[in-house]
Order: sequence, then structure tokens, then C-alpha cells
Amino acid sequence: MIQLEGVTKVYRAGAAEVRALDNVDLTIKAGELVAIMGPSGSGKTTMMNILGCLDSPTSGRYLLDGIDVSDLDDDQLADVRGRKIGFVFQSYNLLSRTSAVVNVELPLLYSNTRSRRTRAAAALAEVGLADRAEHLPNELSGGQQQRVAIARALVTEPAVLLADEPTGNLDSTASGEIARMLVKLSDAGRTVVLITHETEIASYAKRVVKLLDGRVVADSGGPDKNRHGAGDRDAAANGNDAGDGVSVTEVAN
Amino acid sequence: MLGIMIGVAAVILLVALGNGTSARLNEQITSLGTNLIGVLQSRGSVATSGKTQPLTDKDVKALQQDTQGPRFSSVTPVKQASAVLAFQNSLWRTSIVGSSREYLTAFHRTMAAGNFYTDGDVNTSNRVAVLGPKPVERLFGGRSVDALGQTIRIGRQSFQVVGVLVPNGLNDDIAVMPISATRNYLVGGGDTVDQIVVEATSQATVPPTMNKITRILMDRHKVHDPDQKDFEVRSNLELLRQYTQVSDVLTLFLFIIAAISLFVGGIGIMNIMLVTVTERTREIGIRKAVGARRKAILKQFLIESVVLAGVGGLIGVVVGVGLSLLGKTLGASFGQFAPPELSAGSVVLAFTVSLCVGLFFGAYPANRAARMRPIDALRYE
Repeated sequence: MIQLEGVTKVYRAGAAEVRALDNVDLTIKAGELVAIMGPSGSGKTTMMNILGCLDSPTSGRYLLDGIDVSDLDDDQLADVRGRKIGFVFQSYNLLSRTSAVVNVELPLLYSNTRSRRTRAAAALAEVGLADRAEHLPNELSGGQQQRVAIARALVTEPAVLLADEPTGNLDSTASGEIARMLVKLSDAGRTVVLITHETEIASYAKRVVKLLDGRVVADSGGPDKNRHGAGDRDAAANGNDAGDGVSVTEVAN
Repeated sequence: MLGIMIGVAAVILLVALGNGTSARLNEQITSLGTNLIGVLQSRGSVATSGKTQPLTDKDVKALQQDTQGPRFSSVTPVKQASAVLAFQNSLWRTSIVGSSREYLTAFHRTMAAGNFYTDGDVNTSNRVAVLGPKPVERLFGGRSVDALGQTIRIGRQSFQVVGVLVPNGLNDDIAVMPISATRNYLVGGGDTVDQIVVEATSQATVPPTMNKITRILMDRHKVHDPDQKDFEVRSNLELLRQYTQVSDVLTLFLFIIAAISLFVGGIGIMNIMLVTVTERTREIGIRKAVGARRKAILKQFLIESVVLAGVGGLIGVVVGVGLSLLGKTLGASFGQFAPPELSAGSVVLAFTVSLCVGLFFGAYPANRAARMRPIDALRYE
């Protein structure tokens, strides 16, 4: 589903060069639930932005569902962002002057879908916010805004869900709920990639990729010890074949 | 947006004023008769060489009796003077017109009271006068009926008022009397006339009629070179055309001013939209991140700028129409200007132009919004 081949992202700050990503190779199969971890500045968000077609690599290739993204024109990229990918931002990025349900409707608006309101309301219900549909973002708590952002990411039923610290501002109860929801989505066939710094949340994922200084330094293909929910049976069924990426000794946190 | 408002209101009001003025002018000149031709003594260089002959009764007769070429509807001699009218305790200086009885029809006047004087009065040099509305207002408080039959002094002589004219907006401060009476009691001058007014049969026959007059008078005055003629032949039609030209130029000028203010308004719209786009950079990034194509963003902001301009235009329409209607109901002219005549076409045009201004000047900011890179827009603080 997702293939990064030798992806490098370089920023030029005056004379100095910053290598946000350095020759990253990563392959993620459809339906995988992958957690990306790493210290600040390791390139996690940069990688997510490239995966989400919001940014493009300086060199290397990004193949999404077999298509080289650099071949796509602006309109095609917009379509990919709207229909194929659902992005949950760390800072939610909701429109502050519109209600929750209209925020969730937004991707449907740009993909010319009918009965937007119904579908948006349904998505909000899935995240448990059906009763807050008409509220503005500033009338919702951080966790509720987070959930609206998730609903928006899911409303087009995209093949890939990318989430940048989706539980960053949530308490442990809400975090757990979101994590379980992501597992459910992955089980239903969606590819889920999330950035998190909480090992608790990362443990929900079948696979953890660790980044440091723009490089992949660890990639657990296999199941983790503290699996919750439906993970255990997956561990038994799949064993270690999910790890197509680089497998190196895990670096201790 | 203020610029758009002012521009639109200005266009509507100025077109209305322009329409009103040219309508009024047209009215006035038409009411005077576009078939009228005036013959005057020339004031050009020929006059200084001493060879000028004044226009006389004989010239008038010659014109009246010539049967060749286009017919004249009427030939009217006019002698002009100025005198003080007196009645009881009131005095009023007015213009005196001495003429034949054809004056009434030639100058398209109608009687408000009484009758115009007759050929008989002219033959006997009767001291009778027909007053215009202004002297009647000054001497008789505007009561035409009271003026009839009264004896007033004109200059040093007594005259009887036999009639009062209906106002025509142009020549209301006059007193008309038999031309013979003017000569005998006011100005003398033998058999000369100041002006001969010839009425052509129609607007179309005015040019050949003018040619005929020139021919006859050149013959009578023994002038062989048209450049040497000692008289001038002018038509009201020419006058109307000249006025129309001037008014057209004026209208164009005012239009240009309105166009400039619309342009300024457009720049204002562009600035507002540029600020709006900058302030909503993150929003644009979000929309692009969830699938908005360039065209969608472009459309979104173009609609906003068109609406902004449209609202300004609408307010301008209300102001422009309001002022025009106000001007109209205030009835009388502001000095030179006639009451504004509202033109539906100008309203539609001005409003449409304001929408186009919104579209045109909103294009640059909308384009900037559409071209933003999502990642950069999302990072904007």
C-alpha cells in the first residue's frame, strides 16, 4: 500500500542544511496498524506530511497504492488527499468559525458527495459526539476537538488513515477509546499509521517503527508483549511476516 | 468598498443629471421650434469695412414674396429694445420685442389670457402690448386676469395690455408689441429690423431653406461672394446639435470620473481580499489538506470578492437612485441643471460593472490563495 524508497527531505536554513529525512525505506501493507515513534526532530512529522501528500521529498520515491505520487498533478494530489487519505493533525486544524458537523463535512464537499450532512453526522456519532454536532470548536474540549478531527479524517472512508499524536491531548480513558477505535479500523481493512510518544498507545499497534535523526533505526515487524483487544489472535496468525522494512535491533527508549 | 459605492452612486446620479439636462435642453429648443432660422446682421470683419447694410422691411418683404424653392411657413421681423414698465407703484425693466402678429406662432407661444395683437394694430401702430409672465408677476402679482385691459407705461408712453403669454422657460421676461409701435415710440431706426425669423416647413427642409434665404438676401444686398455677406443665417437645429455635443462631452467627462472611482474601489476590494486571504492562510491549508482543488479555493474567494463588490454596488444603487429621485421631487433645477431623469439602463450597467470590478480585482488575491502549498499554509501562525 505504502512504499517509501530512499526518501530524503532536506531543508535549507540559510547556509545550513537540515536533513529531516535521510534515505528512508519503508513498506507498509494494506490493513497494517503502524506506530511511528522517536524523539523530537527525528523526522516523524516530516514523514507523515510526505505520506499525506502535503509535502514532497527532495529525493526518493513515494508509491501510494502502486502509484508514484510525484507523477500526479495538483488536482490529482488534492483528490488523493481528499479521498484516499484521512489525516488527523496534532493541532486538530479545525475551521474555528464552523460547527463540528460542517467541519466533518468538509472533505465530502470537495469530493462532490451527496447527502453530506447525513454521512458527517454518522461519522460524528461513531466518535461519540452526535450530541455536539452543532457546536463550534471553541465550545468543545481538546479531546472532543480531537475526536471531531478523527471523524473528519474518516468521513470519506479513506484507505489510509494518518494520525499525528491523535491522543496527545486526551486523558487516559479517551486515549484508550481512540486507540481501540484505530485497532477496529485497521481490523476492518484500513491502513493506519500513527505517530505517538506514548508506549501505551504504541502497544496497540502491531508494528512499531522508530526514527532517529531522519533514519529508521528500528522496525518491529511482529507483535508486541502488551497487546490489547483483538491483537492477540493477530499475533498468532501473522507471526513476523508483517515486517518488510529494515529490521534492526531495537534501540532502548 | 466605499469606492465601489461612490462609483456606482455617482454613475447613476450623473447619468440621471445628464439625461435630465439634455432632455430639458431638447425640450426648450424643440419648444422654440427646431425649424426656426434666424437672420441677423453680420458682426464679422465685413462689418468693419463699412459695407454692411442693415436688414430692412424690404428684405422681409422680399423673403415673403419669393416663390422659388422651398416654402417658408412664416417670415417674422423682430426689433429688440429694453424699457421700463410702470404700473401704479411698480416698476420693472424688461426686454421689448417689436414684431408682426406672426410672432405668436413663429415662436411657439400660447396665450394665457387675452389675445395677441393683429395686423390692424401693426398697420395703425396701435399702442398695445402682450406681456410675458415675468412682468405680470412683477406688476400684477402674477394675476393675468388683472393685467388684461390695464394701461401701463412703457418707456414714456402708455400702452394697453391686451394679452398675457404662457411661460416657456426661456423668454418669459418680455413684452411684445407691434413693430411699428416700437419704432414710433421706443427706438426709431426707420425701417430696419434687428432680426428676421424664418420658419421652415420641417426639420428636413431647414438646410435648403437656409440656402434660399442666403440667395435672396445676397441678391438684395448686391453681394456676390458668400464670404462677403453682411448678414448671418443661423438655425436652431445647429444650436441644438452644438448643445448636444457639449453635453455629450460633459457626460463623458463625468463618466470618466465615475470610472476612476470604481477603479479605486476595485483596488480597495483587492486589498481587503489580500488581507482576508493572508488571515485565512491556515484555513486554506486545511481545506487543501482535506481535498480542495485549486479551482475550488479560487472559486471560493472570487465569490467572496464579487459579493463584497456587489454589496457596495447595491448600496451605491440605493444611494444613486435615492438622490436622483430626491432631486426630481425637489422639482426645480439646481441652477443650471434640470431635474435628474433616472435611467434604468444606467442602474443595471453600474451594478453589473461593480460585479465585474469585484471579479477582476478579486482575481489576484484568489489566485494567491489557490496557489498556496498546503504544508506551508498549515504552518502559518
